Amino acid sequence: MVKTTLGEIPVEACYGPEHMRGDAPPLPGQFPYTRGIHPSMYRERLWTMRQFSGFATPEETNQRYRYLLSQGQSGLSVAFDLPTLMGCDPDDPAALGEVGKCGASIASLADMETLFDQIPLGEVSVSMTINSPAAVLWAMYLVAGEKQGVSWDSLNGTLQNDILKEYIAQKEYLYPPKPSVRLVTDVIEYAARHVPRYNPVSISGYHIREAGSTAVQELAFTLRDGIEYVEWTLERGLPADSFAPRLSFFFNAHNDFFEEIAKYRAARKIWAETMRGRFGAKDERSLKLRFHAQTAGCSLTWQQPYNNVVRTAIQALAAVLGGTQSLHTNSLDEAYALPSEEAVTIALRTQQIIAHESGVTSVADPLGGSYYVEALTAEMEERAVSYIRKIDEMGGMISAIERGFPQREIAEASYRYQRGIETGERVIVGVNQFEREEPESIPLLRIDREAEETQVRKVRRLREERDNERVRAALDAIRLAAESKVNTMPQILDAVRVYATVGEICSAFRDVFGGWTESSIL
Amino acid sequence: MVPRIRVLVAKAGLDGHDRGAKVIARALRDAGMEVIYTGLRQSPEMIVNAALQEDVQVIGLSILSGAHNAIVPRILELLREKEMDDVLVVVGGTIPDGDAAELKQMGVAAVFQPGAALGAIVDFIRGSVRQPL
Repeated sequence: MVKTTLGEIPVEACYGPEHMRGDAPPLPGQFPYTRGIHPSMYRERLWTMRQFSGFATPEETNQRYRYLLSQGQSGLSVAFDLPTLMGCDPDDPAALGEVGKCGASIASLADMETLFDQIPLGEVSVSMTINSPAAVLWAMYLVAGEKQGVSWDSLNGTLQNDILKEYIAQKEYLYPPKPSVRLVTDVIEYAARHVPRYNPVSISGYHIREAGSTAVQELAFTLRDGIEYVEWTLERGLPADSFAPRLSFFFNAHNDFFEEIAKYRAARKIWAETMRGRFGAKDERSLKLRFHAQTAGCSLTWQQPYNNVVRTAIQALAAVLGGTQSLHTNSLDEAYALPSEEAVTIALRTQQIIAHESGVTSVADPLGGSYYVEALTAEMEERAVSYIRKIDEMGGMISAIERGFPQREIAEASYRYQRGIETGERVIVGVNQFEREEPESIPLLRIDREAEETQVRKVRRLREERDNERVRAALDAIRLAAESKVNTMPQILDAVRVYATVGEICSAFRDVFGGWTESSIL
Repeated sequence: MVPRIRVLVAKAGLDGHDRGAKVIARALRDAGMEVIYTGLRQSPEMIVNAALQEDVQVIGLSILSGAHNAIVPRILELLREKEMDDVLVVVGGTIPDGDAAELKQMGVAAVFQPGAALGAIVDFIRGSVRQPL
């Protein structure tokens, strides 16, 4: 019987020298960095333990951040609620029932200031998961830093700001693809010129995988998205080495242990070769693919939730052995809800145990030279490069998206995966085998409706108290900038400073760019 | 020939995570049902109108954002207003047990939580739809 990886790559029963293709990859820290971007990896510095977190009001999320920092977490990662992600204010009718549910509700600079109250932005790196309205939330963050007296040169962190994977997978888009990618490029350009230590984009495969792709599809579509952003930024006249060192990536850590490790290794190799060969980058920092990893949310089961701790530990170990720069470990209760404080603490402890007890951090790329891992790395590289070529032939990622190509590939893969579970070919412990009759109940975090009422009240009061003349002028300036070809960041910053809301700024852009509805692909 | 069961698969609210909705839509289609998929970000009004236009016997709602307690009751209310009480409403997604019980009390026929088997969903719909005479 043919065995395959989770991502449908056929595998042999055993690997040997006959499976090696070409020479063994050079040492970690050497081009093309297959084995890692630093010579001694985690001996130099551990990965950043960064738990994605946010819920309800900015006040409540601020409390959670201070708790996580007190427990030894080394960076923050902001989860926004769906209205914020979709550029709606809390009192927008479309936001009904959604305020504060999947993340923190941040409607204006005032909320952003509250979110980071007493958290020194010059010292703590902050990652923000936001895409369509990324430029707006980033502007709020920059101004919040300014108000704390922190200069922009010393701000560091990461903005997700990856709109292409929204069309491909997560579907949180507001405008058509081209003006959306222009906004992404505005942020990349502005960061290169004014906020040099900040990562202006986190090119994300995570959501592509969660939508049901295979590991190879995740790898290929993510890198092709990266190529698209590089091309757009080069067109602004910025040399590759002026912005490429700040491009960062975000991958999933799923169940198939070796396939995941091979995926990260192949990603580094393809990116280094692409940046040098295709774009002529010379600075070694432009060639090194740095990434954040998160364990696979879609692998968590509702049934027997404590088993999720084990799944997460295995996935996290794969990310570490694959050389991640930062890591989020999911909590055992996340198939149900946002995590409770107790569950998130176990998830953080999982990383700390890998870092301090397992011994895996002592040696860089300890699996390098393994016949299986090297063969699988080469196989994934080949398959991903062939996808990338296919998308090139379609005219790039935007036109591939417009044709529905990546969306269709993912839908097919996710249906095959689900059929595999249905037939029992694929075993999910506690779900289709080793089931238990009596349900287990675990304590869950509940977000009450009060958060919504509070946020609605606050945004309405804000609109009464601010200088609305200045807000109107700032929004007009945004419309004008959007119509022309200039970088829109200065106008966004001006609007944020006079407390224009995320909903108002996103609507101003929509007036110029129009909206977007995908043609549904089943 | 027995007429095919007609199902509207709908994504309500702001959530764009459509993996589940798409997989279910295909599974129901493979099981011989007529499936209409609404696409993303449908308001309760849009969903009920689509159900009326398409003359479906079943509405399958997919919600993963936690907004089910606000969205589902509104859909049930609209169905009652339009005298479409005979339409079977099933909900799938991350719905905690307590909320699932409440939704059923309000009139939802079934709530399928994560890990529910496709076969079980197909069987439930087949067993519950009142076939026209």
